[in-house]
Amino acid sequence: MALKGRLEDFGITQLLNLINLARKTGTLYLETGGDSAELSFREGKLIYATMAGVDSSLPAILQQAGIFNPEQVQVIRAKMASKTDREIAQTLMTGKRLQPKDVAKSVREHILGLVYQVFSWNDGSFRFEPSKLPPSGTVNASIALESVIMEGSRRLKEWERLQDELPDLDISLKFAERPTTPLRDINLSVEEWRVISFINPRNSIRQIAQFNNMGELQIRKIVYSLIQAGVVEVIRPPRPTAAASGTARAGAGQAAPVSDEMRRPAVKRGIVQKLIHRIREL
Amino acid sequence: MQTLKIVVTGPFASGKTEFIQSISEIDVVSTDRKISSDAERIKHQTTVAMDFGRITIDEELILYLFGTPGQKRFNFMWEILSEGMLGFIVLVDSTRPETFREARRILDTFRSYSPVPYIVAANKQDLEDAWPAEDLRIVLRVESSVKVVPCVATDRESVKQVLLELLYSILELMEDE
Ligand SMILES: Nc1nc2c(ncn2[C@@H]2O[C@H](COP(=O)(O)OP(=O)(O)OP(=O)(O)O)[C@@H](O)[C@H]2O)c(=O)[nH]1
Ligand SMILES: [Mg+2]
Repeated sequence: MALKGRLEDFGITQLLNLINLARKTGTLYLETGGDSAELSFREGKLIYATMAGVDSSLPAILQQAGIFNPEQVQVIRAKMASKTDREIAQTLMTGKRLQPKDVAKSVREHILGLVYQVFSWNDGSFRFEPSKLPPSGTVNASIALESVIMEGSRRLKEWERLQDELPDLDISLKFAERPTTPLRDINLSVEEWRVISFINPRNSIRQIAQFNNMGELQIRKIVYSLIQAGVVEVIRPPRPTAAASGTARAGAGQAAPVSDEMRRPAVKRGIVQKLIHRIREL
Repeated sequence: MQTLKIVVTGPFASGKTEFIQSISEIDVVSTDRKISSDAERIKHQTTVAMDFGRITIDEELILYLFGTPGQKRFNFMWEILSEGMLGFIVLVDSTRPETFREARRILDTFRSYSPVPYIVAANKQDLEDAWPAEDLRIVLRVESSVKVVPCVATDRESVKQVLLELLYSILELMEDE
């Protein structure tokens, strides 16, 4: 029977645990929203990973790791266009332009980077194809899953914490009226400045992420740290007025935004005063 | 006969049972049980369903105090308990910063159930390592319009003061109208 199902029911951590314990060999196909990824295993060890929209070719990995610059990578690609990754690695190592340990480390880090992203996928589908392995010319690693699961869970917790703090990316930000720290005393990273430059009640956090080409985790981290530093505050979307909601209940089924505005409970003033008197004399 | 309800909520072991016990005229109808899970064994008992206390105001009026259960698996009770409440109190154990995030989550959840007045009580202020109420306001990001008051749930006078502060907030809201 094929191993397939929904990530809502059987999560990434459970899948990796299973693959690890059963020492499985094969490829796990994952899909969520518009994203997809493939993770390959040999006897329970992670050996290869790809993700749609991510270049996992060896030259790209070596560039990402800072071993070659973009020009060098271009030359390598042009010269070895017909070669597989494994052949490229072999050629570069023979020519002493590349250390075996650098190949291993870069490939490993690339694979781990992809796998940790997949940990935040909590809905979507999965399918495990036994015995299906990556194309023969690829450069593989051999990564024990125990440490992957532990680190992935740790990152997932961090992700969930941020998700808790900032559940909704469709809210906007404004500068704090009374910042706890003056802006000039805060050391901001380039990314933080990029976010700061878009802060405006008209821009939602999601839009700011799009303008800056940032992922959800990254924007959450940055916005969270700015909120913690007291630099910015969130602005809740305005609560629909009674008149507006009376005519048409737009967005029915959506949770009502929590309003800062409080409604008085349905009791008379005199009753509250009675309570106060009684409790005072207790 | 009219009955009114105030809900006392807050993270595990923040002092909800103690708070209600201190002011209730009846022995709190508590459903405390010995704690079995290791994770939560920082004290001996926990409230499994809810606490229930009573203050008779006069012949016509009774105030009930409901304490929410400490363990997560009883969270479904929250919405039921919050039905028709006059206001609510979020008790926070001021000595345990690891529970502050949970306190914020509880606060938001109750606010979403019913937008009635509430206050935050910074409990266990008698202990040396208690965070000051005003620091709790900052870490819990409580709006300036909402009170954060110091509290010692074991002290009846302190509990009275917290209840009164909530009632004053309710009254103020009525005056605004
Ligand atoms: N020193 C001190 N101890 C307190 C205070 N309030 C509560 N405690 C103690 O803190 C512990 C937890 O109090 P409980 O009243 O059981 O807390 P709870 O919120 O009802 O706990 P759960 O029902 O398990 O969620 C008990 O040992 C109390 O005696 C306080 O103001 N000061
Ligand atoms: Mg209790």
